[in-house]
Amino acid sequence: MNQPSITLITFGHFEKDFLERVVEEVQCEYPYPIRIREGHLDLSEFHDAARRQYNGNSLLKEIDSRFSAESLKTLGLVSVDLFIPILTYIFGQAYLNGRTGIASLYRFSNEHYGMKKDEALLLDRFIKEVNHELGHTFGLIHCHIPTCVMRSSTYVEDIDQKSARLCASCRGKVRHLP
Amino acid sequence: MIMAKKISILIVDDEESVRDSLFNWFMEDGYRVECAENAKKALSILESDHFDIILADIKMPGMDGLEMLRRIKLLKKDSIVIVMTAFATVDTAVQALKDGAFDYVTKPFDPDDLSHLIRNASKQIALSEENEVLKANVISLENVEDLVGTSQAMIKVLKQVEHVAQSDSSVIITGESGTGKELIAKAIHSNSQRKFFPMVSVHCGALTESLLESELFGHEKGAFTGAMYNRKGRFEMADGGTIFLDEIATISFKMQVELLRVLESKRFMRVGGNKEISSDFRVICATNRDLKTMVREGTFREDLFYRLNVVNIHIPPLRERVEDVPQLVQYFIRKYCSSMNKPLISIDTAALKRLEGFDFPGNVRELENMIERAIVIGNGKDIRLKDLPIGTEAAEPSVESLDDHERIHIHQILTKYNWNISRSAKALKVDRVTLYKKIKKYDLKPASR
Repeated sequence: MNQPSITLITFGHFEKDFLERVVEEVQCEYPYPIRIREGHLDLSEFHDAARRQYNGNSLLKEIDSRFSAESLKTLGLVSVDLFIPILTYIFGQAYLNGRTGIASLYRFSNEHYGMKKDEALLLDRFIKEVNHELGHTFGLIHCHIPTCVMRSSTYVEDIDQKSARLCASCRGKVRHLP
Repeated sequence: MIMAKKISILIVDDEESVRDSLFNWFMEDGYRVECAENAKKALSILESDHFDIILADIKMPGMDGLEMLRRIKLLKKDSIVIVMTAFATVDTAVQALKDGAFDYVTKPFDPDDLSHLIRNASKQIALSEENEVLKANVISLENVEDLVGTSQAMIKVLKQVEHVAQSDSSVIITGESGTGKELIAKAIHSNSQRKFFPMVSVHCGALTESLLESELFGHEKGAFTGAMYNRKGRFEMADGGTIFLDEIATISFKMQVELLRVLESKRFMRVGGNKEISSDFRVICATNRDLKTMVREGTFREDLFYRLNVVNIHIPPLRERVEDVPQLVQYFIRKYCSSMNKPLISIDTAALKRLEGFDFPGNVRELENMIERAIVIGNGKDIRLKDLPIGTEAAEPSVESLDDHERIHIHQILTKYNWNISRSAKALKVDRVTLYKKIKKYDLKPASR
């Protein structure tokens, strides 16, 4: 690993423009170069037929073991529906103060909730999720400030309430990391 | 609500993936988290460490979650245990809640449900802690409000109250009439472990022997003429709490024997009854007489005296703690202005000075009556010398027993004639020997000013 960087690895198809916008926003919060690359994984291995969802724990472990060595932080981006055994779904997850996280686009589209398609809103939600999971990899826990991106969100409505930015306190913690 | 400390969670589940998922989820929320793969390990962790919330699976190999819940509740009654299961049945849910579970959830659950669950449990923990603090504050203040005084003598009394409240010993409160013996008894009760049960007061001096017997022990229907119904006695009513026997020195020898028997066995029968009743009470007595002298004279049973006099609290008369007078005056002004819905008034210097120099044979009760009277008849601005009955007419001490009246009257006459025995005896229309006997009986002494 040369210069410490953050790598966003896509598993599945993501529009180039969409990813560039994500990078721009992530760049605002984390003081490291952001790289994008495509990852190759057979996601069907993580598919749970009974739940018709993808096991987030197994996927996170796999990405961590196979892709995390090359960057300071690695975030896997997927568009499949993720779950962990105890919860019905997750938007994403990460190793707290670890190297790896994952974020899913699946539950951010308005259509999923029977509403009108809104590309801008989809992007906005996804940027927040990416910044949120990366925050966990930098050791940030859930924040009580309503606008901070590290505030816990269990519904998309919660995500819409917060900003894509870290609050001063959380940002300070990231900037002052050794 | 501000969480005062970091909440700790213990996850108990035999499935590693569930433990890992919950561990990561709660770590991201900033909780202190630990995991156990079975009930045995969880119980072993709980023996040496405290966890605010225990999140446990029901179906586990070996000891199941419900059995573990029961054992946790035996170990730490206030633990918050949330049980989880993948196979929900109403029966197990009901059983878990009956056994003391805080909540019951079916796996898998929505992230929002999990957050709500933990938030509710955290609120419960915060409320319990807040409740403990408030309770401690209330207890420390309860009924001490009426005990006004910062003199060394009162501070000593209050320290005794605080100390004796923690024990379950019998207490005799001594002091002249009007010094606040019942207030001290209430303060002891309210600060003791019996505070959530009643304090029952009996004014022994106001009742004849047979009435007192019926009052203390209760009676069965038809026990005597007029006993139309069964009636619980005061000892029964005080079960779990405190019985306060005022003017204990006035009870007859027969009642002393009865009382001693009850105090020793905590068992008795109602008048006219044949069934033994037991009651768990603490006894606090009060008297303005010198019980030791009565024991010497043979008018009070020695064995009963020692039974009652485990702790003695003596309340000094007001004339021996004149430094408390200004504070008491202010306290009674506030009390009566508030109860009469009048604006708060003050007392002028001359009136206060006069009160500080007064003998107060009727003690705090007499001072209280004076202030109440002054507020009623005064100009509504301040209490002046002429509003006080001192010097113009005798204050009316609010005493009930004949002995108290006699003592106060003799004391007033003696004070009036500067303790000249011959002149006082002449004024009282008794001979000098009788007056000397009365002075000895009531332990009267010239005021030390």
